[in-house]
Amino acid sequence: MSTNQQPVFIALQANNDTLPIIEAIQSDNPLAVVHEYPAMVKIDAPGRLVIKRTSIEERIGRAFDLREIQINLISLSGELDETEDEITLQWRDIP
Amino acid sequence: MSNPQSPPKKLTLKENYALLTRGLGWEPSYEAQDDIFPMVKFEGIKIHDWEKWEDPFRLTMDAYWKYQGEKERKLYAIIDAFQQNNGQFNVSDARYLQALKVFITGVTGLEYASHRGFNILGREFPGVGPRIAAQMQSIDELRHAQTQIHALSHYNKYFAGMSEFPHMFDRTWYLSIPKSFFEDAVTSGPFEFITAISFAFEYVLTNLVFMPWMSGAAYNGDMSTVSFGFSAQSDEARHMTLGIEVIKFLLEQDPANVPIVQGWIDKWFWRGYRLLTLLAAMMDYMLPKRVMAWKEAWEIYFEQNGGALFADLARYGIRMPKYWEVTVKEKSHVSHQLWCIFYQFRHAAGFPVWLPSEEEMTWLSAQYPDTFDKYYRPRYEHWRELERQGKPFVNATLPQLCQTCQWPLLFTEPDDPTQICYRETTYRGDKFHFCSDGCKDIFCDAPEKYVHAHLPVHQIYQGTYFNAGVNPGAPDFNPLVEALKYMGINPGVDGGDFATHVDAINWTRWTNKPANMHEPGAQGLGAAPKDKVG
Repeated sequence: MSTNQQPVFIALQANNDTLPIIEAIQSDNPLAVVHEYPAMVKIDAPGRLVIKRTSIEERIGRAFDLREIQINLISLSGELDETEDEITLQWRDIP
Repeated sequence: MSNPQSPPKKLTLKENYALLTRGLGWEPSYEAQDDIFPMVKFEGIKIHDWEKWEDPFRLTMDAYWKYQGEKERKLYAIIDAFQQNNGQFNVSDARYLQALKVFITGVTGLEYASHRGFNILGREFPGVGPRIAAQMQSIDELRHAQTQIHALSHYNKYFAGMSEFPHMFDRTWYLSIPKSFFEDAVTSGPFEFITAISFAFEYVLTNLVFMPWMSGAAYNGDMSTVSFGFSAQSDEARHMTLGIEVIKFLLEQDPANVPIVQGWIDKWFWRGYRLLTLLAAMMDYMLPKRVMAWKEAWEIYFEQNGGALFADLARYGIRMPKYWEVTVKEKSHVSHQLWCIFYQFRHAAGFPVWLPSEEEMTWLSAQYPDTFDKYYRPRYEHWRELERQGKPFVNATLPQLCQTCQWPLLFTEPDDPTQICYRETTYRGDKFHFCSDGCKDIFCDAPEKYVHAHLPVHQIYQGTYFNAGVNPGAPDFNPLVEALKYMGINPGVDGGDFATHVDAINWTRWTNKPANMHEPGAQGLGAAPKDKVG
């Protein structure tokens, strides 16, 4: 895992769809800081932020395709990698 | 009937994306590759393996249509609810509407220009991965233009100054800034265009447009605008990942690409930053209820976020964009300097302008403790006093424009906020003027391009900014009034003082609420000097 601690973030619309997603992110990323703005939630984390499908599914009680996040996504920062199970935002190690 | 075969295994995201983007391109048999993709080499960028390009979201067409369709349904449900509930009267006050005019006349045209630009890239790139990404983005940008026009068309039924937005985008003096920005990009090569738009603009800068400003739209009660803004931004998040992928791809393909890309980053960061001055003024002056000052937004989204990005790119030998330090010095000034220009030239604007209220000046001085009270409050108080005396200040002289960014020369020296920054150079015997070292450098790198810049003030003086049939020899000919008509501005109606503007008067008539929430009862005061128009 990268040791680069530069900040990454994801911003989501503040709505009923994203409440369980934000909860899942908070629980999987103890260092994440949630900022609430009008209509928008911005979640900052040092170095790395992960969104796990199973954590969201536990909260919503149904199967969840991570690509559904596209609908409520506002912005992000960091290098993104998406698989069926996780979306990861992180910066690579500084060489 | 039983099926002897087990059901086909579901493809993973990676396999799905690989099948979409690998091995689908045609290998030409009777045409040379260079004839099919004629634009891909002249910029000097070297690509050895297009297969190395990957969309990190790994978006496939089925998912693209599915989720875009859902975004549209959600957006239109909100727009319908907004319209059915007379949402146009539930925004904070009628000054907020003026920001929407800047948006529809200045930003929507950029979305459409971007649609065209990515269409061109979808044809010009030989690689399948980037071609698909460019095609998706082209469709996204068209969607943004359409949804913005559709959402704001409802406001146009009630308020002035929006109906001629495409005409104004092409001709209005302060809209030549966004227009020339995109035309500069789309007339460069494919790699410069994608570096300019996907990386410098989308990744480094557009968070400022769509995060604090759209959040501000929500805070001012405009659920229609915030919805198209965030719906667009959900696509932008994908475009940003494309932007960072573009940069990494170009830098990893060949070390010879590094200095070329650095030059484009320097140029397009500065071009984009200058363009965003418009947003700085919208954030600090046009949202009656404010969420965040321009200065703080610049610190979060450029200094912190951009800083993390450039720290990452240092591995390739990429450094922070040239003159980024100047932007940090200017962050406490630019919004005030532009609003002062709009105030002085309000008779020539497509929207009415106002002086900040006492309450707003208190907020501005708290947000800008080092600059507002020292440099800008005294100016506003002076102008306020002149209004009180019935002789409001209007600047009747056309401003000198920067040959590169096309803003009036309104910015001050980075280290002396009391001195306007002027730069000039001579090219083939002609003098050219600039607002900054950044803009001057861009000109000097490609003077043959920028000598062709179509500058509204120069056009007025050259006599080309008048409608057909106008007779400049007529005894009652007024060049400024005729130029405004040419720009799509109705002189004496669209611009001028907010307090006496038709939107302010109608707002109070229709809603029984003050048009300016900070100065209830101000309508009719500070009357516009109609006789001085033009």
